[in-house]
Amino acid sequence: MDDVTQAEDFRARVLVVDDDASLSEMLSIVLRQEGFDAHLVERGDEALEAFHVYKPDVVLLDLMLPGKGGIDVCKEIRAESGVPIVMLTAKGDTIDVVVGLESGADDYVVKPFKPKELVARIRARVRRNDAPGADSLTVGPLNIDVAGHSVTRDGQPVGLTPLEFDLLVCLARKPWQVFTREVLLEQVWGYRHAADTRLVNVHVQRLRSKIEIDPENPEIVLTVRGVGYKAGTSGQQ
Amino acid sequence: MVGQSLPGALRRGLTFWRRSIQARVVVSTVLLSAIVVTAVGWFLLRQVEQGLVDDRVAAVLSEVANENVQSENRLAAALGTETDGLQQSQDFFTSINSSGQTRGFHVVMTGRGVSATVKRDVESVPQSLIRHFDTRQDTSAQAAWTFTTLHSSTARGAPTEQPGIVVGTVVLIPADQSKRTVYYLFPLDEVQKTLALVERALLTAGVLLLLLIAALTWLLTRQIVTPIRLARRVAERLAAGQLQERLRVTGEDDLARLATSFNQMATNLQRQIRQLEELSRVQRRFVSDVSHELRTPLTTVRLAGSVLHEARDGFDPETRRAAELLQTELDRFETLLVDLLEISRFDAGAAVLDLDDVNLTDVVRRVIDSTRSLEEQRNTRVTVRAPETPCIAEADVRRLERIIRNLVTNAIDHAESREVVVTVAADDQAAAVAVRDHGVGLATGESAMVFNRFWRADPARARTSGGTGLGLAIALEDTHLHGGWLQAWGKPGEGAQFRLTLPRYAGMPLRHSPLPLVPDDAAEVVA
Repeated sequence: MDDVTQAEDFRARVLVVDDDASLSEMLSIVLRQEGFDAHLVERGDEALEAFHVYKPDVVLLDLMLPGKGGIDVCKEIRAESGVPIVMLTAKGDTIDVVVGLESGADDYVVKPFKPKELVARIRARVRRNDAPGADSLTVGPLNIDVAGHSVTRDGQPVGLTPLEFDLLVCLARKPWQVFTREVLLEQVWGYRHAADTRLVNVHVQRLRSKIEIDPENPEIVLTVRGVGYKAGTSGQQ
Repeated sequence: MVGQSLPGALRRGLTFWRRSIQARVVVSTVLLSAIVVTAVGWFLLRQVEQGLVDDRVAAVLSEVANENVQSENRLAAALGTETDGLQQSQDFFTSINSSGQTRGFHVVMTGRGVSATVKRDVESVPQSLIRHFDTRQDTSAQAAWTFTTLHSSTARGAPTEQPGIVVGTVVLIPADQSKRTVYYLFPLDEVQKTLALVERALLTAGVLLLLLIAALTWLLTRQIVTPIRLARRVAERLAAGQLQERLRVTGEDDLARLATSFNQMATNLQRQIRQLEELSRVQRRFVSDVSHELRTPLTTVRLAGSVLHEARDGFDPETRRAAELLQTELDRFETLLVDLLEISRFDAGAAVLDLDDVNLTDVVRRVIDSTRSLEEQRNTRVTVRAPETPCIAEADVRRLERIIRNLVTNAIDHAESREVVVTVAADDQAAAVAVRDHGVGLATGESAMVFNRFWRADPARARTSGGTGLGLAIALEDTHLHGGWLQAWGKPGEGAQFRLTLPRYAGMPLRHSPLPLVPDDAAEVVA
């Protein structure tokens, strides 16, 4: 990921799945202005095929789609790829948002959104967390290869999405520190203002289900009641 | 006080008495019947007694008359054979006495030399009767009687008393032509025994009658009360939301008709509620649809407006201004839409809490950080007074933040460039945030109206902040969702204070707030 390629060739590719033609067109205008490449799909059942062909860096996914619902599309994409998915939702209700996040979406934007807000969300997903620091981290039984973006548990590779990986690395870099949900939102999701802390809750659950032996009694990502989360004591070994 | 000192059993009894119509009806009926039965019994007893005594008196008098005739005959037969008056009267007494012993009466004879008179019997003759005969010595053969108390002794010599009748007659002893008074003492023990028997019979009959009345009343009230209790149970279930509950109708009597009417009422209620539920559902659905349908085009417009706004430098001044206006008004439109949807969600009862332990001080500081730009724009300053210790309450942090942001921006809007103070406090029962401004304040009666939707203190006042008019209404709904209080205090010219109180644990009833509603500085002015 060199600066040169990023400036010349690397225009992040965004797959927009939305049934509203005007909105899709408007989105593509805004995204192009902001330096992204956009591809539009109007139907849910065409989304996966377009995903295979276009190979996007980010998927913008409306929840109400003809052909196939956004939640199903989200699950299908997540089943085969860790590509960041940002939901476009018209409802701010808890259930819709939580169902969307649980089906694999990394983040969500509630309509009507400001273009800057959307672009900030996409940038946060596309950006690679290349903060300086140790190349290899250890939390409990987990070995994290930061540069190689891979996690192994007792030698077995664990498949994490980039977001889950970022979340784990963020916690593992400072195992002595308790992170509030707000701090995690800022460091992992890139929110500058307070946002919906349910994002953190849902993704911590997803992360635990992949790395913990018993997600009900977590040992690696611990809840500090009333404050937030912290990485389990790595001093155990 | 009384309730506390009463023992548990008595209190339970009193509760039962208050709650049970059946117990009250049975007890009052039995009490009234007892009074009547006692009166009737007493009257009967007196009547029987009177009759018995009258009979006995008549019998006694005829027996005395009979005895007199016999003894006079005996005296007449002895005339001439005996000249000693004393001896004659002695014989006379002996003969009556012996006949009295077989017939059950005692005899007392007064006058000289009567030795055979038993002393106890003499005492039994009342003085009034003796005086009667003393004064009328001449009226011979004229009998007189009265009631008395008979003194006698039992076989062991102990004195006993019993009621009796004493009849006095005057006898002329032929031997010495002397007059002697003879008293016949008849006991009334037979009458007394009969009376005791009647009394026992009446008492038994009265008790049985009362038991019968009690049982009857209990049965009767049970027939009335049981359907009422059933109806109460069904009504309670209806009230609890089990709208399909109905009473069983048997027969055609008044109770059956009551049950029918009750069921009709329940059916009507059920239909009305179903209709309202349906309406509410349709409305909720409509709001949700409107939400989706409005938001998508609004997003497009919003994006288009932004693109125009970004490119405004290349426009001529008027088009540029138009692009700017488009942008700001879209902001307002969007806030209004969001607030409206939030309010309709509250109205539909669809708002839910996502609870967690929250430090109110943290939330307040975060909100104030985010309102810095508004603060500078309105040339005011917001300061926080909070204790060192965290002020923890169980709350939905998103809603709590919205409440506090609404209160703070509202205060900044009305602060007239004076200081705004946010105070935080907590105890183990509750946590509170008070937002105080020193602006125009609130007129009397306005402190309740500030929470009304789209309410404005002064309609003519310029709308500078761009508030939707729904902020405080939403804050109040959010607070109620937590089971908390949101109250306003204000005085014209002295500013206003809004106080939010949340229970330490959601759903715990609130009794007090850790902060006063009327700020200390204003309370002094009032005093």
